[in-house]
Amino acid sequence: MAAPQVFSIAQAPITCHAFNGDRSHLALSLNDTKVDVYTKQGKGWQITDTLSEHDRTITSIDWAPITNRIVTASQDRNAYVWSQSLDPDTGRMVWKPTLVLLRINRAATFVRWSPNEDKFAVASGARTIAICSFDPENNWWVARHLKKPIRSTVLSVDWHPNNVLLAAGSADTKARVFSAYIKDVDKRPAPTVWGEKLPFNTVCGEYASPAGGWVHAVGFSPSGDTLAFASHDSSITIVYPGGPTIHTIRLQSLPFVTLTWTAEDTLVAAGYDCNPVVYSGGLDGWSLAGTLDDTVGATKTGGTRTGTVGRLNTAAFNAFRNADTRGHTSETVTDTELHTIHQNTITSVRPYEKGADGTVARVSTSGVDGKLVIWNVSAVSAGGLTGRLGAI
Amino acid sequence: MSNSLRPYLSAVRSTLTAALTLQNFSSQVVERHNKPEVEARGSKEVLLNSLTISRNESERVLIEPSINSIRMSIKIKQADEIENILCHKFTRFMMQRAESFIVLRRKPVAGYDISFLITNVHTETMLKHKIVDFIIQFMEEVDKEISEMKLTLNARARTVAESYLMAFDS
Repeated sequence: MAAPQVFSIAQAPITCHAFNGDRSHLALSLNDTKVDVYTKQGKGWQITDTLSEHDRTITSIDWAPITNRIVTASQDRNAYVWSQSLDPDTGRMVWKPTLVLLRINRAATFVRWSPNEDKFAVASGARTIAICSFDPENNWWVARHLKKPIRSTVLSVDWHPNNVLLAAGSADTKARVFSAYIKDVDKRPAPTVWGEKLPFNTVCGEYASPAGGWVHAVGFSPSGDTLAFASHDSSITIVYPGGPTIHTIRLQSLPFVTLTWTAEDTLVAAGYDCNPVVYSGGLDGWSLAGTLDDTVGATKTGGTRTGTVGRLNTAAFNAFRNADTRGHTSETVTDTELHTIHQNTITSVRPYEKGADGTVARVSTSGVDGKLVIWNVSAVSAGGLTGRLGAI
Repeated sequence: MSNSLRPYLSAVRSTLTAALTLQNFSSQVVERHNKPEVEARGSKEVLLNSLTISRNESERVLIEPSINSIRMSIKIKQADEIENILCHKFTRFMMQRAESFIVLRRKPVAGYDISFLITNVHTETMLKHKIVDFIIQFMEEVDKEISEMKLTLNARARTVAESYLMAFDS
């Protein structure tokens, strides 16, 4: 049970982050028009490169682990694919952008490489998803559009492991599964539970969120046979397409904005409640397994949580001390720190490291508070939530 | 704190906490724009149902949430004409200095005395629970402030009247 690793990158929000294949480099955007590439040095991260080509806020970054290419999407309606090449003048490796002909006229909101890294999907506010593949003749990326039946901004996408199917969650309160089959790139896919014949823009499934909330995050399970999505009506829905069997978990807490599967029967979700939560289950049903953010462990790593004076850290002691030193009475005790490691909304949770058995052993999260945290997925504390509620 | 004020404020507090789940959202109507959807009202699907919390017929709160901003309007208690005038002057004074209050709107929504506009930029740069605390504290203080002003006004009027009528005292 290792404690989570916390990196305070900046005081600004981290809009998105992505690690490279061996996790020695990290690309992230601090809510502005630049992408910063960090290199791991000892226990911290050192900024080594800055990718600046966009002229609006970056919305999403993805790093292809094998081909070592970064794709960035931004609100300026553009996406760029960055690849590393040797600069003949200085002898250094530099990142060079390649043009992507997105042909969208609103903000690009989300981008993900396909599992084979030969195409990527860009979600956009133009009610389309652009599926981009490389055109070697002109040395640029060309896009084909998934348009129907999307009615609003697409907020997230996720690829099926077979490189053809694509899940998308959008602000029209629906999660959909599309076929993004491109003839020149893909071989004929084997039939899956989602369908057998899959020409481009086939809608293989359309699932509404239970109480009409925007679908913030979608995710295919590692096998691709299950789809989970988190929506703004504080719910997580898990879809087994065979029946179809649909499990809905309604939350006690604020909505989740991001989720990732760690194994065929577990997923990690995080959002406005600032702590990553683990759910587990199967075809028969799903339930809460616990939170990764254990308050007790957090106090140890976080350090200055409250001014602890020996064992005298009780509510009564704090009340009297505040009254003495600051002239506060107990009802106006200022409390500027949350009881979680992340101090603001978690906007992105991504698989970080796979274990020996093929499941995800660690996940990384980044949030509006400018922190990047790497969590051990096995370190689930079941009593975490209730324990914390009791402590408040 | 009076008995009915506490549940009223706690209802406002929990509604605000739930409504302040904002994210960056670029306009889907105008290219390269990013504006508060609750003000622009360009696309229906990113607006949520607005909600009114009323304590009595003269005090209520309207909360209009959307994907990247919320608008919150307060109707302040006005029992008589003096309070009417005081409330108008007081809110006007603050709204003319809306920049220093950051989340304050320059004009109130029709039917309300003062409005706040909180966008995703505010929840990114400030602590969410502190924004909620600020608004709750404002609601607590504003009644107190106006009744205090009314008392001072009455006291002053009495003194003025006394010294004016002194002249006729033979």
